[in-house]
Amino acid sequence: MLNIRRKEYEALRQHGEETYPHECCGVLLGQMGEDGARSVTSVARAGNTRTDSAHNRYNIDPKELIRIQRHGREHGQDIIGFYHSHPDHPAQWSQTDLAEAHWFGCSYIITSVEKGKAALTNAFELTGSDENDKKLVSEKIEVK
Amino acid sequence: MPKIQIPTPLRQYAGKQPAVEVQAGTIGDALSDLVAKHPDLRRHLYTDEGKLRAFVNVYLNDEDVRYLQKEATAVKDGDSISIVPSIAGGLN
Repeated sequence: MLNIRRKEYEALRQHGEETYPHECCGVLLGQMGEDGARSVTSVARAGNTRTDSAHNRYNIDPKELIRIQRHGREHGQDIIGFYHSHPDHPAQWSQTDLAEAHWFGCSYIITSVEKGKAALTNAFELTGSDENDKKLVSEKIEVK
Repeated sequence: MPKIQIPTPLRQYAGKQPAVEVQAGTIGDALSDLVAKHPDLRRHLYTDEGKLRAFVNVYLNDEDVRYLQKEATAVKDGDSISIVPSIAGGLN
């Protein structure tokens, strides 16, 4: 379960509209509950370093992630997931998304952006114990 | 002592700590001390051949150690070392 406020939910969807027809990407900051539920308290936009193929690839510069992580730490927030958009494609994870996902127990949000408008937004948790058995499993988004 | 920042998915293998202090003179020493203290981290950071996994980025303060002296990069008291699994993906 991923809890997110309306403000942050709309902000990440809007990001996908702004970068269309390119993929947007960003970081979910908040708290991991003992029960495994994640609560987003802020979202941080990140630049997509894949300028060579930004319509179908995203990559967040680790240096930018460290900066976001440091900022979060100062405000009592952890990195609990990431978001990106799929321009003119469904809000479903791709084989590339799974192969490139390494943050176990975190949420990966995907928003489909159809002709420039944010459509469906889905969330998936990266489950498993290592690279050999990892899976992206659909999780409920609770927008408050 | 230098401190290693542990990313959220790996904290379960590091006593649930967000950061671990290490005794080290280099990045290689720091990572060795980390896995000596928390052996369960080893398979998440290293391949079976003992190489750092390709998707594991290691930063010394704000610098990628790959562009410094890699595992031989010197570290000192007060340095912050970050382990950052890569964030990427996209359409097929």
